[in-house]
Amino acid sequence: MDRRRKPKLAVWKFSSCSGCQLALLNLEDELLQVAGAVDIAYFPEASRAVAKGPYDLSLVEGSITTPHDVERIKDVRRESKYLVAVGACATAGGIQALRNFKDVNEFVSTVYASPEYIETLAKSTPIADHVLVDFELRGCPINKRQLLEVLSAFLHGRRPNTPPHSVCVECKQVGNTCVMVAQGIPCLGPVTHAGCGALCPAYNRGCYGCFGPMETPNPEALSEQWGRLGVGEEEIVRAYRGFNANAEAFRKEGEAREKQDAQS
Amino acid sequence: MKSKTLKVEYLARVEGEGGLYIKVKDGRVAEVKLKIFEPPRFFEALLRGRNFAETPDITARICGICPVAYQMCAVHAMESAFGVRVGGQLRALRRLIYLGEWIESHALHVYLLHAPDFLGYEDAVRMAGDHPDVAERGLQLKKIGNEVVAAVGGREIHPINVRVGGFYRLPEKRELTPLVGRLEWAREAAVETVRWVAALPFPAFERDYTFVALRHPEEYPVNEGRVVSNKGLDIPGEEYDAHFEEEHVEHSNALHSVMKEGGEYCVGPLARYNLNFGLLSPPAQEAARTAGLDPVCRNPFKSIIVRSVEMVHACDEAIGIINDYEPPEEPFVEVRPRPATGYACTEAPRGILYHRYGVDGNGTVTDAKIVPPTAQNQKAIESDLREFVSRFLDLPEDKLQWQCEQAVRNYDPCISCATHLIKPRIVRE
Repeated sequence: MDRRRKPKLAVWKFSSCSGCQLALLNLEDELLQVAGAVDIAYFPEASRAVAKGPYDLSLVEGSITTPHDVERIKDVRRESKYLVAVGACATAGGIQALRNFKDVNEFVSTVYASPEYIETLAKSTPIADHVLVDFELRGCPINKRQLLEVLSAFLHGRRPNTPPHSVCVECKQVGNTCVMVAQGIPCLGPVTHAGCGALCPAYNRGCYGCFGPMETPNPEALSEQWGRLGVGEEEIVRAYRGFNANAEAFRKEGEAREKQDAQS
Repeated sequence: MKSKTLKVEYLARVEGEGGLYIKVKDGRVAEVKLKIFEPPRFFEALLRGRNFAETPDITARICGICPVAYQMCAVHAMESAFGVRVGGQLRALRRLIYLGEWIESHALHVYLLHAPDFLGYEDAVRMAGDHPDVAERGLQLKKIGNEVVAAVGGREIHPINVRVGGFYRLPEKRELTPLVGRLEWAREAAVETVRWVAALPFPAFERDYTFVALRHPEEYPVNEGRVVSNKGLDIPGEEYDAHFEEEHVEHSNALHSVMKEGGEYCVGPLARYNLNFGLLSPPAQEAARTAGLDPVCRNPFKSIIVRSVEMVHACDEAIGIINDYEPPEEPFVEVRPRPATGYACTEAPRGILYHRYGVDGNGTVTDAKIVPPTAQNQKAIESDLREFVSRFLDLPEDKLQWQCEQAVRNYDPCISCATHLIKPRIVRE
């Protein structure tokens, strides 16, 4: 990057809850420093000023759900040196990807009195299904410390350090007793990507998979363990059909269990 | 007389994607559209077939700015369906997490999204360049709100500790007490905020609104109360559907909530304040009086003062809740699903949020309806714009456009929330 000028940061929103952009504004102690280190060139949630591209770093929140957004994300890619997808919507399709398993027309008519006004795609898909993504930051929502790590890494031209191991490792790090072993609580931790700090087990509940699949997960083995705890197939399917339902490992295991449930 | 068209393609400093279109013909406002092009996410549909216990976590994802509001509505609605009441310290903890969200959301809006308009800055970062102390105060207030939410809920965005019947784990007293000193600072900072925003320049603009908010006999409304208006409405939350309806209109932007017997209405801080002034804590009432804000306020631009007054109240009440807190024996009340319909109305930072669920005997959701505050305010926003533009037609074009944007931001609209009820066809002139 040219050292004489500040790198230009852009923040884009697609189909989402705005929570991952908010994580940037939730860096209360660092926000003004961040604004000092980069030129916040495009961030409509925070500023009415718009600086034209190209941008050095684009953070993209949200999934692709409309024909217009299929085109818009290509424009964003063209304008961006680096593009980072942030959050479960941008990296997996988000909770709105539950439509991918159903007939979307049924969804439209459930919510809207006049479905003919609605323009939407049959599937909610992650950014990487449409354009090249330089890095994916997981989470529903993302962890703001990890967001700061991503910003800092791109500013310094290195790869962000966001460990891809499971939530189980985080449980060990913070000293949680395993809720599944000790209390028999079904937990997605063994297959879920780290990043939250093993929050749910610290609150006596099983992980529900906000950060999506870890690197090389084994969901089949976990489902069998859940079965031994007395969890029915239908409930197992629902567990994988959450905020990262469309992430490959979760999608496949959900579909496999659904098939088994239909056969039994 | 002149004709002109004001267009804002992409409204900034609101949560979500929307635009603005105002057409003036022969000196009269011919058309006002608050355009919403945020894509729909179909929450009511995807909730069908889910277990009741999942509703707080799923509906939280409607909005990253006010997830607690959705969680609170979901748990109250399910408890109403199953005939369970949650009282005592569990109820107090729910108020605490909700008040934390009010502080966070209000500080975000007052300092980062709205104040820059009054002072002529494009954003808070530019404002911070000239007013570093003010920006720092706003960010710290926001941070303390987040700390309260995280202390009870585990994290600030999409908290993980809320469940139907109560919480997964109770905070220890020692986890909450360190917040008292922080909140005492925040209460002072909020009083200072009231003083600061009251001195901003306000356009002379008032309308005779129908204000709708919750009212509770003993407390400023947060989680519970009857739905009342300043024009005689007084109903329990279960009767919401009998008095309000949503219109999916062939108008390029949005679906409008209306009162069946009275049309347009306004929810949010201004409505809460006008209907509940006497229930604000003494320091909040005092801050309002000192700032010259009457118990009745019909200037929507002054909602920034009201939000600040509510921050004083929220800090004050949060301190009281923590001081009185003793962990109860159980973190939650057991619920047993039964076939029923559950309802809840609570006060999100932006106004009343309504949830209704049909549930079967297994606890599976058969039907869901969610009405967020921004969907309810759209008609009022458009009427404000129509009247504002008519009165201030002679302002220079760029100034008028900016003030129109500001008039929309008066409502702190959350388009992400409203959009599951909104027509998203993209029309860009």
